[in-house]
Amino acid sequence: MSALKLKKGVSKHSAYDLRDPNADVDEPHTLAVIVDNEPGVLARVIGLFSGRGYNIDSLTVAEVDHTGHTSRITIVTRGTPSVIEQIKAQLGRIVPVHEVHDLTVEGPAVERELALFKVAGQGDKRIEALRLAEIFRANVVDSTLESFVFEMTGTPGKIDAFAELMRPLGLSEVARTGVAALSRGAV
Amino acid sequence: MAQTMTGAKMVVQALKDQGVEVVFGYPGGAVLPIYDEIFQQNDIRHILVRHEQAAVHSAEGYARSTGKPGVVLVTSGPGATNAVTGLTDALMDSIPLVVLTGQVPTFMIGTDGFQEADTVGITRPCTKHNWLVKDTANLAGTIHEAFHVATSGRPGPVLIDIPKDVQFASSKYVEPRKTVTSHYQPRMKGDIELITQLVDAMESAERPVFYTGGGVINSGDAASQLLRELVDATGFPITSTLMGLGAYPASGKGWLGMLGMHGLYEANMAMHGCDLMINIGARFDDRITGRVADFSPKSLKAHIDIDPSSINKIIHVDLPIVGDVAHVLEDLLRVWKSRGRKTNKEGLAKWWKKIDDWKAVSCLTYRNSDTVIKPQYALQRLEELTKGMDRYITTEVGQHQMWAAQFLTFDEPKRWMTSGGLGTMGYGFPASIGVQLAHPESLVINVAGEASWLMNMQEMGTATQYRLPVKQFILNNERLGMVRQWQQLLHGERYSHSWSESLPDFVKLAEAFGAKGILCTDPKDLDDAIMEMIKYDGPVIFDCLVEKHENCFPMIPSGSPHNEMLLGDANATNAIGAKGAVMV
Repeated sequence: MSALKLKKGVSKHSAYDLRDPNADVDEPHTLAVIVDNEPGVLARVIGLFSGRGYNIDSLTVAEVDHTGHTSRITIVTRGTPSVIEQIKAQLGRIVPVHEVHDLTVEGPAVERELALFKVAGQGDKRIEALRLAEIFRANVVDSTLESFVFEMTGTPGKIDAFAELMRPLGLSEVARTGVAALSRGAV
Repeated sequence: MAQTMTGAKMVVQALKDQGVEVVFGYPGGAVLPIYDEIFQQNDIRHILVRHEQAAVHSAEGYARSTGKPGVVLVTSGPGATNAVTGLTDALMDSIPLVVLTGQVPTFMIGTDGFQEADTVGITRPCTKHNWLVKDTANLAGTIHEAFHVATSGRPGPVLIDIPKDVQFASSKYVEPRKTVTSHYQPRMKGDIELITQLVDAMESAERPVFYTGGGVINSGDAASQLLRELVDATGFPITSTLMGLGAYPASGKGWLGMLGMHGLYEANMAMHGCDLMINIGARFDDRITGRVADFSPKSLKAHIDIDPSSINKIIHVDLPIVGDVAHVLEDLLRVWKSRGRKTNKEGLAKWWKKIDDWKAVSCLTYRNSDTVIKPQYALQRLEELTKGMDRYITTEVGQHQMWAAQFLTFDEPKRWMTSGGLGTMGYGFPASIGVQLAHPESLVINVAGEASWLMNMQEMGTATQYRLPVKQFILNNERLGMVRQWQQLLHGERYSHSWSESLPDFVKLAEAFGAKGILCTDPKDLDDAIMEMIKYDGPVIFDCLVEKHENCFPMIPSGSPHNEMLLGDANATNAIGAKGAVMV
């Protein structure tokens, strides 16, 4: 028997993160990556995901600090806990990457997505679409006698639910921005 | 007062300010202004290679044998694409390189201009970082930043793409010390709490082993010194990856030899049976681990690495210590000493007894011959005859590379240059040129196979032009030996395209380039022939005709764990199952 005082599997990083690092169940994670807004930086991030075989469920990017020229890339990805850890470490290794935050494990976070829905229809269907839009707090941003374009902000789940309801009512096109997310609280 | 100068002049000035002495390159239309500046100065030596791939491998050889970054200058389009293999090789083996490529002028980018290629796009996944400089004002600063990125943290190749109009335009030169350094500042010090936990484990471990890699060498000479002190003071056994050979001396008492697929039996068995594995600057490569599920099943594992992404990538470790090897080893030694230099002496004695039993297997034994030169014998004689000399070894890739790692010994770091991660055939010859340039008075030998060597044979021109006395020690079995070995073990002895037909007469080839050729076919002539090679003042092609069907053992068949090694041909048939066959 080993006389080691230390037990296998001991790691100080497991103090707060109680996920089993060897679990083989995929879970979704929302990552916020702060990068220098320089040419090619998005290609580096995407190339990392495709080159190493990771998944991207959703991705949004825009410059968030116009004086410091930093952008925020929000990525929703999925993988086993060890794959997620590897994704974060690989992202952190990219030279223009400043910070990598895992909003799924760092505490509560708000996630929102904006979507536009084009619904074409007449008669009862048209009235029903408008009624449901009100319930979902979607705005009408374009209307003709045969169609509406609804604008809605919400969680990806809410947007999915609204799209499902609109489908039989004449949904013809959907545009989604992908997830933007921030941690809750002061910091 | 900052000087105003052209972009081309800026390149040369920035290289000078970074202490660059040698640039490996090949001119072309898009870098002509820089070549014009190189012509008008004498501080930086330019070495004209015969192919851009060789420029990068030469720079790798230079970098690995000196610890300084290697510098490459090539033109746009094909110049840049030819450099891609070398860049990938350097990325896999963490070699600091700064590669400068010419580009079509900014106003032509995107028009499919002559010799235009999307160089930053193509090289993005095979560099640590790269830049396209569109404004001369940013050029000098970018070059300084490039040296910083290439050499700090886990080293790697970087590339700067410079359009031709940026080379012609003028701007103010920015000195290195005035360059705004980026936020890129990797963490050097390890977590002291984890280091203390590792000391705890070291004090009680019954069956510890150090598993070290190229990270020790990359960390600098201090890291090798600290490692030696640590190993000798604790009395723990140590094994190393292909990349780490020489960090701990092969003559040291803790040395088990290389581990891995063609590593030594005692090293692999120690890895399998240990209760404490201390990985220092290695990355659990698949050539090392074998079957991951059965890798060293009973051990507590500590991993010291400067790259957080190396940790828990393949093997889950218990003590992940992110930091520079030298910094961490310094703290580790300090803590261990301050707590009374304790080890589990009784456990260690038993452990060494076990290791001695494994050593007694003599896994490198081979059947020698009086009539045919065995490749192992050729390397044993080379080792014997060059041992005490100021010697540097490079290799190509294949059986000869593994035999060289098994039979040659290294007592110092930076003496062994081989393509580890990427396994690039054609690496060794140009690398030997880079090494020889950095160490003009030393004996530089490229241990090669004839097939690998032919991949960059054009560099004979470079070797003779610059009178570089590189010795090309070719173990010629007229086969792609490692491919042939796998076809024998795995594909029913159907040797599909794994023989080298229409080989040149290497002696005549040497003479055609103005070098010396030596042919050796008889084991009895070998010693004299090797001495003739060493004594000759100039490049030599040594054509050593060896046994054609020799296999490289010991071997962990792909998909197998460490304790299921093949020790010789007798147990090799059908050793690789269907699962292993899909592994490379």
